[in-house]
Amino acid sequence: MANSMKDTYEPYVTEDGRQIGGVLMEMKNITLRFGGVVAIKDISFDIREGEVRAIIGPNGAGKSSMLNVISGFYNPQEGEVFYKGEKRPPMRPYQVARLGIARTFQNIALFDGMSVLDNIMTGRLNHMKAGMWKQAIWKGAAEREETENREAVEKVIDFLEIQAIRKTPVGRLPYGLKKRVELARALAAEPSLLLLDEPMAGMNVEEKEDMSRFILDVNDEFGTTIALIEHDMGVVMDLSDRVVVMDYGKKIGDGTPDEVRNNQDVIDAYLGVSHD
Amino acid sequence: MPTEFLYGVEVVLNGLMAGVLYALVALGFVLIFKASGIFNYAQGVLALFAALTLVGIMEGQVPFAHLINAIFGTEIHHFGWHVPAVLAILLTAAVMVLLAWCVHNFVFRHLVGQEPIILFMATIGLAYFLEGVGDLMWGSNIKTLDVGLPQGASFWLEENTAFLGGEEFYGFFIDKLDMVATLVAVLLVIALVLFSQYTKQGRAMRAVADDHQAALSVGISLNFIWVLVWSLAGFVALVAGIMWGAKSGVQFSLSLIALKALPVLMLGGFTSIPGAIVGGLIIGVGEKLFEFLIGAPYLGGATENWFAYVLALIFLVFRPQGLFGEKIIERV
Repeated sequence: MANSMKDTYEPYVTEDGRQIGGVLMEMKNITLRFGGVVAIKDISFDIREGEVRAIIGPNGAGKSSMLNVISGFYNPQEGEVFYKGEKRPPMRPYQVARLGIARTFQNIALFDGMSVLDNIMTGRLNHMKAGMWKQAIWKGAAEREETENREAVEKVIDFLEIQAIRKTPVGRLPYGLKKRVELARALAAEPSLLLLDEPMAGMNVEEKEDMSRFILDVNDEFGTTIALIEHDMGVVMDLSDRVVVMDYGKKIGDGTPDEVRNNQDVIDAYLGVSHD
Repeated sequence: MPTEFLYGVEVVLNGLMAGVLYALVALGFVLIFKASGIFNYAQGVLALFAALTLVGIMEGQVPFAHLINAIFGTEIHHFGWHVPAVLAILLTAAVMVLLAWCVHNFVFRHLVGQEPIILFMATIGLAYFLEGVGDLMWGSNIKTLDVGLPQGASFWLEENTAFLGGEEFYGFFIDKLDMVATLVAVLLVIALVLFSQYTKQGRAMRAVADDHQAALSVGISLNFIWVLVWSLAGFVALVAGIMWGAKSGVQFSLSLIALKALPVLMLGGFTSIPGAIVGGLIIGVGEKLFEFLIGAPYLGGATENWFAYVLALIFLVFRPQGLFGEKIIERV
């Protein structure tokens, strides 16, 4: 399937010293319908290794649907998805997660009854190899694995500065911290691609700044490829290397923040010029 | 010590042991309800089916013998061998896993996302279907189940506690089977708790019980977990089936013990494993004690039949989420 990849992409180093590699994920002519409603119409774009890729657009543009297509929660009626150079067949969300694609949700989907630590540990489930019977019978293997996974989780906890709340049941945390725990759970999976659905929705300015910093740090330190959806134009422009702009299910712009900012279609969409 | 008091203690002990069995059945309900939101009316029938299968395998019965004989005009009933209890229990456990797989893949997999009432109706259907299959496979006669558990009163305990009271007191009268059942139930609960707290699958199970979407996003297969949960409920049913079957024989009224689990759940809450256990104990002790103190002397006895339900009713009025259930908070 090599011909589907754009040969023109050469790896390069950004101004702030991050490595941008080849294409990690490519969406080709994706169309998604719900009955008669077309949520996504014939959209193509790609995500390169190591970059922060944003998907923006006004309400109802189909951004979340797009993220759900990437993470397997929706399967598109038309179009192809390429991941790491191979065509990805229609998959269930848990299978996509096992490919190394982790995500967060717009409305936070955490395990409220479990502690912060346990929540983040679930992010490691795909790294636990010992089977049920082995765990039940041979304690040693399971214990060693548990220790390894705990170390990885502690690293994430330190990184996101949530040491103080590690034993707290998630249900009791304030909104901003929940968002951070959700990010921690996704990070614990050591994903190749991290999907963030409106990571800053409903946050105040301070929390937004924190979250922006964490997103940039994740990308910088671990080289994790990130695709995110965001409403706040200012935040997006600061964070991302490249931006896809959607409106009414169609792609109306794609490029660097500067290119997108000066695109007339994008300006119209955001200022609400009538569609006729 | 006064004799009356000592008999009261004996009543409480007996109540605790009866309660353990109620708790065991309630536990099966809680497991499935937590993970999938299905109120499994068929839990009692699962216990019956497990007990029937266990007896059938031990006795070397030919499954569907009546059907086969009716169609082919043969006269086969038994293979002519006897399977040792331990092996038979393992085989029955395997059958319960197979049954869990079938139940999930043929029924509930197709009902994901439906209203709770529809899921509930499906379990009623499942209950009658399973009862029918059990009848067809193993026959409807009452069977005795003997897996080698000790039976009868413990004379040792009786003799060694007799000194506690005076002339009138003969020592605590407690069934050995009840003691074994209690021990087994305690071990089962400990195993379940260890499993759910410390294994990968256990953690995944708790995750699914909490939030389906989030579980999917970390790579948990819901279908696998649901089959696992039905299997666990099947194991719990098997244990309950063995205990009840050994106590009162394997008969179709066994499926009615599910009804006794309902008040237990009202007390303990539908989502709490400790709740199921404590609820079971309260009901067990409560109904025995009520019968001993009030029922028999003043109400003409037989209060055990309704006491649990009245208690549950009182709970429904004053604390509808049960003792340990998740608190019901309405956000306005």
